[in-house]
Amino acid sequence: MSVDLAHDLKTKTKRRAEPLALRARLVLALGPATAIGGVVWALLQPWRLTLLHPYGQGFWWLLAEPPLYVVAVGLLFRLLLAPGIVEDLEHER
Amino acid sequence: MIVAGLTPKAEWVHWWFATGFLALGLLLVAEAIVGRETWGRRPWRRYLWPGLLFALGLSLWPVMTFYTNSMIHMVAHGSWAQVLMLAGGAELGLARGKLHSQYWRLCMVLAMVVSGTALLVHEQQHWFFARAAFLHHLLGWTIIAGAVFPLLQVFRPRSVVAAAGFAATVIAVSVMLYSDRDVAPVFGHFSVYAGVQHR
Repeated sequence: MSVDLAHDLKTKTKRRAEPLALRARLVLALGPATAIGGVVWALLQPWRLTLLHPYGQGFWWLLAEPPLYVVAVGLLFRLLLAPGIVEDLEHER
Repeated sequence: MIVAGLTPKAEWVHWWFATGFLALGLLLVAEAIVGRETWGRRPWRRYLWPGLLFALGLSLWPVMTFYTNSMIHMVAHGSWAQVLMLAGGAELGLARGKLHSQYWRLCMVLAMVVSGTALLVHEQQHWFFARAAFLHHLLGWTIIAGAVFPLLQVFRPRSVVAAAGFAATVIAVSVMLYSDRDVAPVFGHFSVYAGVQHR
């Protein structure tokens, strides 16, 4: 193994072993925390999810699923935005 | 009449806007956590929340057009649409580098003061008439009070307190919009003139 390659590998291993910075953890937690909020809301007010009892519901009632909107926003943030933000934070360290 | 039958209930529209404000709030919280420099490291990310703000303003035009239950509602929705687009446009201009002066951020202050005032003015009922009335009053005062944070950001752009306060205001607005119901009580109060309560 060449010295350069070994050095690079060591750096990568060290970086992986380092704990995530608090800011990165916060960013990663934002989406799941929001999604959990939506799930809790759905559990507390299941009648807000008309998809659970769709018979006889009109188009707008079936479209309006607010707890699912909250979950969707949280998941989209976590999957689409958070990884890039954390990557940039790690790059700055 | 046909339009009146097809348009969604006001509470559903409030929930859709709540979702937009929740997304906006998450973006602002993330920016407040990592700071403007890190946030702007990827150029497309700089346009995210100003673009969303502009889109929210744009989306208010159909609301103004179809929810014409009173003149004051039309004026309120129209003024929100204008000031949100102005604020979003100014922030987009700053992000792109077309605008340079920090004072363009005062457009956000204007947007919040106009929005809050419009919310208070177009609510004709008192606080405890029903939940919608209560939330309109609460939203109005919250947004007006929250305008202090973007004002602070004009003079202290790197202030974490100002950024976090602004983000928290937007999240609070989102929660209040999600809490809206067309005909529902608030803290046990429900006027007999409010109509027939539904879920």
